[in-house]
Amino acid sequence: MNESTTLTLQPPALTKPVSKADFVSGQDVRWCPGCGDYAILAAVQKALADMQVQRQNTVFISGIGCSSRFPYYMNTYGFHSIHGRAPTLATGLKIARPELSIWVVTGDGDGLSIGGNHLIHTIRRNVDIKILLFNNQIYGLTKGQYSPTSEQGKKTKSTPFGTIDYPISPLCVALGVEGSFVARTTDTDLKHMAMVLERAAHHKGTAFVEIYQNCVIFNDGAFKGITEKSVRPDHALFLEHGKPMTFGKDGSKGIRLDGVHPNIVEATGKSEGLCVHDEKAPEPTLAYMLSRMRNPDYPVPFGVFRAIERPTYDGMLVAQEQQATAKMGAGNLQNLLRGPETWEVK
Amino acid sequence: MSNPSTIQSAKKHQQLEKVAIRFAGDSGDGMQLVGGKFTETTAMCGNDFSTFPDFPAEIRAPTGSLPGVSGYQIHFSSRDIYTPGDAPDVLVAMNPAALKVNLRDLPENAILLVNQDAFNDANLKKAGYASNPLEDGSLKRFRFYPVPIGRLNAEALAKLGLPKKDAERCKNFFALGLIYWMFDRPMESTVTWIQDKFKKVKGIADANEAALKAGFFYGETTELIPEQYRIPQAQLEKGLYRKISGNEAAAIGFVAAAQLAGKQLFYGSYPITPASDILHELSYHKNLNVRTFQAEDEIAAMGATIGAAFGGSLALTGTSGPGVALKSEAIGLAVMTELPVVIVNVQRGGPSTGLPTKTEQADLFQAMFGRNGECPVIIVAPATPGECFHMAIEASRLALKFMSPVMYLSDGFLANSAEPWRMPKLEDLPRIHVEHPTVADNFLPYSRDPETLARPWALPGTPGLEHRIGGLEKEDGSGNVSYDSENHQHMVQTRAAKVAGVAKFIPPAAVAGPPHGDLLLVGWGGTYGSLRAASEEARRLGKSVAHLHLRYINPFPSNLGDLLTNYKRILVAELNCGQLLMMLRAKYLVDARGFNKVKGKPFQVVEVLRAIEEALL
Ligand code: SF4
Repeated sequence: MNESTTLTLQPPALTKPVSKADFVSGQDVRWCPGCGDYAILAAVQKALADMQVQRQNTVFISGIGCSSRFPYYMNTYGFHSIHGRAPTLATGLKIARPELSIWVVTGDGDGLSIGGNHLIHTIRRNVDIKILLFNNQIYGLTKGQYSPTSEQGKKTKSTPFGTIDYPISPLCVALGVEGSFVARTTDTDLKHMAMVLERAAHHKGTAFVEIYQNCVIFNDGAFKGITEKSVRPDHALFLEHGKPMTFGKDGSKGIRLDGVHPNIVEATGKSEGLCVHDEKAPEPTLAYMLSRMRNPDYPVPFGVFRAIERPTYDGMLVAQEQQATAKMGAGNLQNLLRGPETWEVK
Repeated sequence: MSNPSTIQSAKKHQQLEKVAIRFAGDSGDGMQLVGGKFTETTAMCGNDFSTFPDFPAEIRAPTGSLPGVSGYQIHFSSRDIYTPGDAPDVLVAMNPAALKVNLRDLPENAILLVNQDAFNDANLKKAGYASNPLEDGSLKRFRFYPVPIGRLNAEALAKLGLPKKDAERCKNFFALGLIYWMFDRPMESTVTWIQDKFKKVKGIADANEAALKAGFFYGETTELIPEQYRIPQAQLEKGLYRKISGNEAAAIGFVAAAQLAGKQLFYGSYPITPASDILHELSYHKNLNVRTFQAEDEIAAMGATIGAAFGGSLALTGTSGPGVALKSEAIGLAVMTELPVVIVNVQRGGPSTGLPTKTEQADLFQAMFGRNGECPVIIVAPATPGECFHMAIEASRLALKFMSPVMYLSDGFLANSAEPWRMPKLEDLPRIHVEHPTVADNFLPYSRDPETLARPWALPGTPGLEHRIGGLEKEDGSGNVSYDSENHQHMVQTRAAKVAGVAKFIPPAAVAGPPHGDLLLVGWGGTYGSLRAASEEARRLGKSVAHLHLRYINPFPSNLGDLLTNYKRILVAELNCGQLLMMLRAKYLVDARGFNKVKGKPFQVVEVLRAIEEALL
């Protein structure tokens, strides 16, 4: 398979190394002070610099919402498009220019409400782009209505008596459409974010990353009960490929499978019988089970849920083009004009 | 077997200048196929022609029912013709439903050939006939030839031992053979095609060939049909010709445009009638630097097209009116980000789902105004199937030169209608010049070319030109987000001025007919043929009538206002309720009148002629 390269790594010997500052655009950042988006921006800029990514070959594309201001702050090519449609622009650009590294930045409203259709089809096709979905479980830019990921019963400006919508889980959606790379991280853990971003960047195919992001204004502390340092050990499960699933102080608790049902068990000093994380499992069953684990019954998993190799849309497109050209010969415009049958008038 | 087409017929011949034949049957009867074959043979015979298929929206409506009737009309001539013909001179009706649907179009004394065997009680009932029209004398006003096609076909194929159902399926070729005989056309190319097409199913190939020839010989021997007709060759311009429909011409026109610009062609589309054939055609040309993308919906198709344009492709999307409605917001984004995209709208009857397979011109206002904000796009409209090719190149040239979306308004008639097309020589096609900036010093993504007001097209991958664009209002020059009120007014006016300025780079409008006179007949798009034929006829009758057909609608050609003042009256004929009419009246303050029709059908020449006569009273 002729795969296109996602990352164009800068040969360090030939060109000046890039630093995090090189990825900072001149525009004033206009998020609310204290917004989780700042941490994500810094993490992305640092991760790209750490990987020595070439700015000119990198494109950030977004839709509408607070998160979608992101491209303005990145000193790369950028496109702030319209609500929900960023994956479509990214797909078109990737088809036209498979060599570019393309990142989509979206939110829970942009990606899962108005843009849900594009999100699932982009992941389904395995277009080689990276999708960062900032999930803050609220509409920020329109000032505080519930979003498709808001918990049921949430009182917001548009639901004074509480929402009656069942929420959608971004990772369940991504896995449901056979996402080849599916991960979750949080704006409060820079190291973990850096790891996940790097893994996503190096993945060939659609890399879908949900990032828990705190909206200080309209939904402050939405993830506090999971990600705050003091509660994190008991409420979050950090996944590592090939390692047993443990959490709690000093790994005192673990996940054991009872049939297809995850059980929390005492795990101090013994990892036997615990469920071992396998991000490369060809079937997404385990990853799907993990994506459904949530507080208070279970710890919330973070990390790479699934990372499998699968031919990419753009790779197959180029390969098909090459095969067709090999079979039919190079195209000729005059022959095309001629069509199947001609006659001459003398 | 001797070659039937070389046998000298014993019957008398009559020479005609032109004939319109309509093949009509159930949508499963293969009428489009035989119509197409007759057209190819007619092309080889050197006639000018124009064809128009008329098929139902349902793929297979119940057999024998009125909604299931499919028709194909070909008009061919020894002189130039412009339309598929107002009314058929010959109707071939394969069943009662086909007769019922088409009879109202049939003029007195026309030839009516029916498959008598299909007129059984069940079929008569499905078509809503209380009595058998073949027997009640109601068809006396026509030259009526009832032919037992079913039985004759079955007899001719009996020795081939085909299952009854398969043999029955060949009856369309029997009908075609009979029409070939009637119009003295050779069968060779059709026989070759049959043998090639069905080569994998040998029995079927031979059966179709046998049916074709049986039809021909029946004509030769039957007492029923007394004469044959001959239509001599037309005097067409010298050159190499092919048959082309509007959708085919548009598709290869855009491939040509991309090659002329040295660009990849990107086509993002969602299947929709009557535009899907463009997607089918383009998806085949993988060896011509064409990349097609069948998107998940209309919006995605538009978004992907914009993404590809950002990446530097000649980016194109194609759809019909309902699709344009869905794409509107994204078209606005292309206007704001000033990226070159072409949107093909193969118009159909609306509103809403409307009449998917029928033609209409009611999306002009949608093209002009169908977006939020002040959102001008360039609008062009090809006039004939062949012109769909040249306007594709023209639409691309304008999009690339002005960094602007271009709306290309085709329609269901142009899309499916076919005519002989003289192939252009590659060297005669205009090169399209495209430049991309590479120098980083003082690069401003919203600086402007002083002549065209186009902004620079800097491509991702270019070091030092990293920049960000988007749907928020742009600051002049820098392209940064700006909420400044003065800047907004300036940018709105600049975008409008850019599109208005296109007028300096398009050919002036030209009339056919007298430069001054009593009446100017104005039209646009796919109605060209009917309007041209009607205005020529009016002049032949001594009337002072000129015809102006607009290919550029936004902006209008700069001489248009002056042209309109050269005639005492202006009649604007459109397949809508008066959209161009309103634009002309608003812009030029002229007392133009409309001639409008919204029946999902093209104009008939006679009705336009009548409208001209009435306008002159
Ligand atoms: S509204 Fe919320 S999400 Fe938006 S910028 Fe402010 S804090 Fe961040």
